[in-house]
Amino acid sequence: WKLFDVSWSTIHCKLISYILIMSRQLHARRIEGVDKNIWVEFTQLAADYQVVNLGQGFPDFSPPSYIQEAFCKAVNGGCSMHQYTRAFGHPPLVTILAKFFSKVVGHDIDAFEDILVTVGAYQALFCTFQALVNEGDEVIIIEPFFDCYQPMVKMAGGKAVYVPLRPVRGKALTSADWVLSSEELASKFNSRTKAIVINTPNNPLGKVYKREELQLIADLCIKHDVVCISDEVYEWLTYDGAKHVKIASLPGMWERTVTIGSGGKTFSATGWKVGWAIGAGHILKHLKTVHQNSVYHCATAAQEAVAVGFQREYEHFGTPESYFLQLPERLQHKREKLAACLESVGLQPVLPEGGYFMIADISSVKVDLNDPSTQGEPYDYRFVKWLIKEKGLATIPVSAFYSPEHSKDFENYIRFCFVKEDSTLSSAEAILRNWSNGK
Amino acid sequence: LPMAQYLACSRVTILLSFQFILCQGIMTSSRHTNSKRIEGLDKNVWVAFTSVAADPTIVNLGQGFPDIPPPAYVKEGLANAAAVDKLNQYTRGFGHPALVKALSQVYGKVYGQQIDPFKEILVTVGGYGSLFSAMQGLVEVGDEVIIIEPFFDCYVPMVRMAGAKPILIPLRVKCNKKTNIVSSADWVLDPAELASKFTSKTKAIIINTPNNPIGKIFTRDELQMIADLCIKHDTLCISDEVYEWLIYKGHQHIKIATLPGMWDRTITISSAGKTFSVTGWKLGWSIGPEHLIKHLQTVMQNTLYTCPTPLQEAVAQGLLRDYELMGQPDCYFSSLAVELEGKRDRMAAILQDVGMSPIIPEGGYFMCVDVTSLNQDLSHMGDDEPYDYKFVKWMIKEKKLAAIPVTAFCGDASKKQFEKYIRLCFIKKDSTLDAAEAILKNWNS
Repeated sequence: WKLFDVSWSTIHCKLISYILIMSRQLHARRIEGVDKNIWVEFTQLAADYQVVNLGQGFPDFSPPSYIQEAFCKAVNGGCSMHQYTRAFGHPPLVTILAKFFSKVVGHDIDAFEDILVTVGAYQALFCTFQALVNEGDEVIIIEPFFDCYQPMVKMAGGKAVYVPLRPVRGKALTSADWVLSSEELASKFNSRTKAIVINTPNNPLGKVYKREELQLIADLCIKHDVVCISDEVYEWLTYDGAKHVKIASLPGMWERTVTIGSGGKTFSATGWKVGWAIGAGHILKHLKTVHQNSVYHCATAAQEAVAVGFQREYEHFGTPESYFLQLPERLQHKREKLAACLESVGLQPVLPEGGYFMIADISSVKVDLNDPSTQGEPYDYRFVKWLIKEKGLATIPVSAFYSPEHSKDFENYIRFCFVKEDSTLSSAEAILRNWSNGK
Repeated sequence: LPMAQYLACSRVTILLSFQFILCQGIMTSSRHTNSKRIEGLDKNVWVAFTSVAADPTIVNLGQGFPDIPPPAYVKEGLANAAAVDKLNQYTRGFGHPALVKALSQVYGKVYGQQIDPFKEILVTVGGYGSLFSAMQGLVEVGDEVIIIEPFFDCYVPMVRMAGAKPILIPLRVKCNKKTNIVSSADWVLDPAELASKFTSKTKAIIINTPNNPIGKIFTRDELQMIADLCIKHDTLCISDEVYEWLIYKGHQHIKIATLPGMWDRTITISSAGKTFSVTGWKLGWSIGPEHLIKHLQTVMQNTLYTCPTPLQEAVAQGLLRDYELMGQPDCYFSSLAVELEGKRDRMAAILQDVGMSPIIPEGGYFMCVDVTSLNQDLSHMGDDEPYDYKFVKWMIKEKKLAAIPVTAFCGDASKKQFEKYIRLCFIKKDSTLDAAEAILKNWNS
């Protein structure tokens, strides 16, 4: 009896303690509604099943050897390579970024005032929203958008206002055919608009905004005194001679633009998580305040390696040895291979002008999605999960890149990443062919 | 137009243009100002002092990082990881599987309980990133958070950025000492004072053991006192234990999360940087119950999503190696503490030899020292800063020795209590300590 009594009171205490803990709200309100995340969901699925993975955006080939060597050199370098570096960015890195991008943007960039190095472009986006967006501010997001913009705006207390890219002529064959309506865009700006987020080349569509399209956006930013957040992580990946234009280089835009870049996408080393924000010092200083109160420093060795990489690219810029020319050439061919394959099995790809991804219209494919576990989910989510489980091919549902208001209209697209070894793309092709032949 | 009228028009035009430019300027700058959440959070002691100390002619005992190399196997682990293609790409957001499994093993042993690698652990960008994730995930606007002074300086701005109110309570030195030697153990909380700080608005208390800057290791009784209050008032505990392995002879590190009733309400934070002498790797982790960790994970997936892969793999390998050696002298967790104890004792002796009174730390790699006995007249430096800020700036300039002022680690109300103290970092190679000794010995020449 005694033993039982002791056990019972322990259980009782634990229960009371648990109830007491649960009686007050544990989590902060700022994280309400931002707990779901497609990557957490879909990368887990891709890991659980033996898949050919054209889902999450990362290369399955190695980074260029010179960058791997640079990293090894940094690792074997002196003591200082393993200790804290300058909080806002390792001096060799910010110096070469300033030198490199001053040329590209056509503006003298100050390495120490105008640049913040972050843990991936993702953290640069976070710092920007946290630094500038107040409760009630509006932020315009162009759809389809990289999914993190929406929860980040929400977490900063802002209100996301959406404006969609729409395919012209009803049948959009390339990402260039997806455009903004200038009237619709203008109608989204008002006195509460704090910022607009653009992403060029765009994920998932692959659109590379033309100068005139950026000018339209710039005019509105200037007219309404709005900050432009320009996510340009895929800036070196343009195809068919499409030219990447930096909105910060347009007149009147340097002083109101935060341009975000990624070492991971630039050098095919997404796991290094080195990114940056570049912009006028009077805006960047606020991003620095967020950074110094959230992570404070970024890893030293990876920054050193990226610095060496940029130094090498600065020297080879515009020549055939430039990785920034070699990589898009390599990817152009892969893009064509995948597009041809998708067409041949009745999926309609939208040929991307830039970036890592291609979306395809799945409307003409009729499948019996006989999976009770996905009942009630959007059609493309169900389709993607079916494709993973039944065919061993991983992709990403495109409605994840749309606002809750508009996602219902875009449940017929799935996204493929083609930055993969030819063997991976061939395996995907084989799966699609077999499926198509089996119909 | 006649000249006068022409000039008048021009003046008006110039004036109007000037006003227009002024207005534009004002309009631009007022719309692109900082968000409210970071108002007043732009100052930072590190930004102020680390650039100054970057001068190689300065003997730098300021910022807390080793100038001794990390263990060779740790560096090798990173070089090996970077050679694997897959390990240069994204890994699992909440923590690289190899790492969270290794952490689950190591801490499972330390805690004496099963720790779920996927639900009860989050890998972050340093201990700093864990602190931020905990604050953003758990601290609400209007909450109160108790912070013990002196505190690692980022706690207050992080609490404020979460819209909450920092409630400070100082450690105070106990009197009644038979000897002149003060230990960090002599710095204690007043139980009644601590109890008075808990209100219905208190969401959490942050503790740091071993403490930065003083080096105090909270005893079981002290932790129990804090635990009792947490349970009574249903508050959370954020326990910053980044120096958990740097424990000197005669002392024991106790995890508050292991006290009865505390696992369910505690987030415990650790650091790879401090564990393996690789502060520049910026990896840390939070360990706690699923119902708390899940909120930190939500913050993580909306802030930076994932930490660097090769670094996580290397830390995993390092942990597995030392897990096998735990309890043995070869284990880096023990051998580093032994090495540092020697440096601690040497640092203390250097300071005592020149007539100063250091607080001997029980753990960590900092030593605070009262500089009163040096009688340094700094009246020429004005009145707008506490004495220790002036002293450190003067010492960097005149003596080429860098330290950190301890009032950086306390609130305004306690500045007078701490303004004669400076903090010295002793995880430095012998030649650095030699150089510091030379400067101090020649102080009055």
